[in-house]
Amino acid sequence: MAVVTGDSRGLRLAVRYLVLALVGTIFLFPLIFMVMSSFKPTAQLLSDTSSLRAFLPVGDISLDNYFAAFRRAPIGLFVFNSVFITVVTVVASLFLCSLAAFSFVYMNWKGSGLLLSIMLATLIIPFETIAIPLLLFVSRLPWIGLDGLEFGWLNTYRVQIIPWIADALTVFLFVQYFKDLPRELIEAARVEGATWWQIYRRVVMPLAGPVIATAAILKSLKMYNEQYLWPLIVVQDEAHRPIMVGLGYFFQLNVVWGEVMAYLSLITVPVLAFYLILQRAFIASIASTGVKG
Amino acid sequence: MASRLTTSNRAGWTFALPGFSLIALFIILPFFFAFGLSLTNQRLVSPNPTQYVGLDNYRELLDLGVITLEPERDEAGALLRDDDGNLEYPRVREITRSDDYPQYSGMREWFRWHSGDIAKVVVASDVVFMKSVVNTLAFVVVVAPVQAAFALLLALLINQRLRGINLFRTIYFMPVVVSIVVVSLLWRFIYSGNDGLLNNLLGAMTFGAWQPIDWLGNTDTALGSIMAMSIWQAVGFHMVIWLAGLQTISPTLYEVAKIEGASKWQTFRYVTWPGLRNTAVLILIVITMQAFAVFAQIDVMTGGGPLDSTQTLVFQAVERGYGKQDISGGATISVILFLLVLSISLVQRYLTRERR
Repeated sequence: MAVVTGDSRGLRLAVRYLVLALVGTIFLFPLIFMVMSSFKPTAQLLSDTSSLRAFLPVGDISLDNYFAAFRRAPIGLFVFNSVFITVVTVVASLFLCSLAAFSFVYMNWKGSGLLLSIMLATLIIPFETIAIPLLLFVSRLPWIGLDGLEFGWLNTYRVQIIPWIADALTVFLFVQYFKDLPRELIEAARVEGATWWQIYRRVVMPLAGPVIATAAILKSLKMYNEQYLWPLIVVQDEAHRPIMVGLGYFFQLNVVWGEVMAYLSLITVPVLAFYLILQRAFIASIASTGVKG
Repeated sequence: MASRLTTSNRAGWTFALPGFSLIALFIILPFFFAFGLSLTNQRLVSPNPTQYVGLDNYRELLDLGVITLEPERDEAGALLRDDDGNLEYPRVREITRSDDYPQYSGMREWFRWHSGDIAKVVVASDVVFMKSVVNTLAFVVVVAPVQAAFALLLALLINQRLRGINLFRTIYFMPVVVSIVVVSLLWRFIYSGNDGLLNNLLGAMTFGAWQPIDWLGNTDTALGSIMAMSIWQAVGFHMVIWLAGLQTISPTLYEVAKIEGASKWQTFRYVTWPGLRNTAVLILIVITMQAFAVFAQIDVMTGGGPLDSTQTLVFQAVERGYGKQDISGGATISVILFLLVLSISLVQRYLTRERR
């Protein structure tokens, strides 16, 4: 009898793992296919799709697609652009949004509640609904550069950075976190005569590690992965083009799928690696967007 | 809660100002700008001054009409039929181009239906826009509930106490960190009609009985294929949010349910689901907003085709505002899109409100 229950329990467990693994396959197969295909000549890549060979590193394996992809498009430039835009935006965003949140939570000034509400109300405006008016707006904006005053922000880095620095979600994340910090800390520092800037720098921010990680991860993913519509309409020149728009290069003349897969792997695998190393932080950051205040 | 000690007006402003002005300048201002522009004939670059045109842009997009067509008869009054035996009707073009019907001028046929011998033809001044509204709504109506439900199923699956469960959580979440642009391109290949991975897999599973389908090249399957792929990419995101909700439910509630002898379904229905209420509202609203904004998938995979079957509102807004440099037209579509998002979010809020 005991043996029978043991068996059926084992069976139930096996079924559970089988279900988990089948679902896992659904999520994994396109990604495995992408990476494996990037090492194969296009003809083999196409013929392999008819069997499980599509997911295995078999046949004529080489890095040729990668070399060809680099010859076809200025990939180094695109990667630099995306990384540069991402890093500058994320750093500036963390600084300005945490500063604003700090002010809203601790500094209790007239109108702070109203201003915070206005800011949070912008969460319901999808970027897609303001892209077109923003396009007109940035095409006329002035800028003081090395050559003096000029008009128009199209085809620059700044048009891909400055509008993206401040966003309500990042402010909201910092506000939620700051609210839970013990207020006595701040009051004690005030009593001792610390300036607001010192409190921000030396008391609050050193305690804000988790929310900084959360905000940085979310913003980086947005800037590196999701920047497509905006650069598509504001950047025509190659010099400032980010990776996702750079993909167009592979579809101009003849489409060589092996090269496409190489480019896709090249821009995706580093993010996946980051995710695998920092997965706890990644998942915690997504989960925290769901916490209602 | 707020302490007297911490009142500081000028410093407070100074700290909040940089962040707030950026939001005001690049989100709030263009948002109101959109409403203003939609009442003008603004173009991206134009030698002519911008003029106020009232609601003309809205009329050009939204005007609809229904034309009733009597079948053609010969002199004796008998119905005319074509070679296939179908009734013959006057051509819609003759009405929309005729001076006798100024209200239909410039309109094109959207769809028609028959009642008896009479044909009713719905004409629209912008058929492509109408299709994009219908497609976008279909996208939202399908993707929001299906994605939320799948995400919940995955969260329940992952919430089991099993060895190695974190490995599966890691895998299910993986597509979320891959760009939607990359995913769209990858799936364009998977969905392809000839050497497509999906057709080949289905062929292998049915031992060759499967007839290959050109998933993205067929008006019946293109939008559905894009929906399926979008869900595949984003479902892990909402799985994690559900999971966070699941973990806020107190374990003692489950113990009580167990002692009371509740079945698995009863436990879910009376313990788990009530505990997930707020999470559910949030997830539904977030997915709805994301679904309304669908753009990259369309741009990369189909470009709105075949035969406009995957046109969406954002795609149309970009095609006009950027492609045709018709800023006011694009802004008008943006305003309509925003009003749709807002009203649907409000309806969802109302339907999911706490009943007391």
